[in-house]
Amino acid sequence: MEETNKMSETTKKEEQTSTQKIGIYLWIWLLLFVLSFFSYMVDWYQFQGMLRWSLILFFMFLKAGLIMAFFMHLFWERYALVNVLLWPMTAIACFIFLMTAEFKYTLFSRFFYFVVGGA
Amino acid sequence: MSEQKIDGFELKPGFKGMASDTGSDQTMFKGVHWGKAMMWIFLLSDTFVFSCFLISYMKGRGSTIVDWPNTSEVFSLHVGDVPVPLLLIAIMTFVLITSSGTMALAVKYGYEKNRKMCGWLILATAVGGLTFVGMQVFEWSKLIHEGVRPWGNPFGAAQFGSFFFMITGFHGFHVSIGVIFLFIYTYKVFAGHYESKKRGWFTKMKGDYVEIEILGLYWHFVDLVWVFIFAFFYLW
Repeated sequence: MEETNKMSETTKKEEQTSTQKIGIYLWIWLLLFVLSFFSYMVDWYQFQGMLRWSLILFFMFLKAGLIMAFFMHLFWERYALVNVLLWPMTAIACFIFLMTAEFKYTLFSRFFYFVVGGA
Repeated sequence: MSEQKIDGFELKPGFKGMASDTGSDQTMFKGVHWGKAMMWIFLLSDTFVFSCFLISYMKGRGSTIVDWPNTSEVFSLHVGDVPVPLLLIAIMTFVLITSSGTMALAVKYGYEKNRKMCGWLILATAVGGLTFVGMQVFEWSKLIHEGVRPWGNPFGAAQFGSFFFMITGFHGFHVSIGVIFLFIYTYKVFAGHYESKKRGWFTKMKGDYVEIEILGLYWHFVDLVWVFIFAFFYLW
């Protein structure tokens, strides 16, 4: 009796939880390797200036997106969870914006008082 | 992955689904194991901690009038006589991605109730994590020998050391905790705790392979944070 109960429970579970095909994980894995290799090449060839920064950011966001979407399954999750997780990131974006203004002001003050010598 | 069918509910997809899930006067994350929801919320708070570190690094680096150390020289390794920039960091990145891949497969095999494959893949992930921590210890000791301290270093701006030790140290701490849990769950999977429905020592609840996905979320997050550290601290 208990055995049958266990059986029916397992089959029920298997029906409920869908697993993805192994291919998709292997593809994402390969892509992450390739993207990491590319971002290492940015340093290897010593790209400078805007090209360096934009390439670094591009590869970084692509890698982060792939990890979150497929390895962490967010692509398959319900929107209620996805939105609760992603919207708070705008607060971080605001903080980055504020601190950018702040470091520019600090840098200006240091130049003005330490290098130029004040008014 | 959430369970997509729940008896007595019609789960709508997309934003309509989000509106009805949120407004259902019931559990909001439908079909999501409570442990998984809690892990996600923990990871969200952890995201804020790491963001604060990286933003303070941005602020510190941006406001110093002394030149920032050239990271591709500071973190170079000599192969023979040739200095290779960021060699160790690149290897660490690849090791961590490898372990992330094995973890993703472990989650998949766990849900398919393939106990042996799941166990071996978690063990491989743990070994990858251990390798990563080992290389980080090597990197730290190398830099300490070269005179990098939280209050100064021979290469440039004094803030470099404090940000380096704080950010990579906090990340390495996360990896170490993850490795400990990976070994614990390797044991649990090989011992068949999820088949025998053995109760866990902490929650006293019966376990399930969803725990492997929760563990996986944590491990992928550690990899995710490294993506940002690699980009902002080592490459920038």
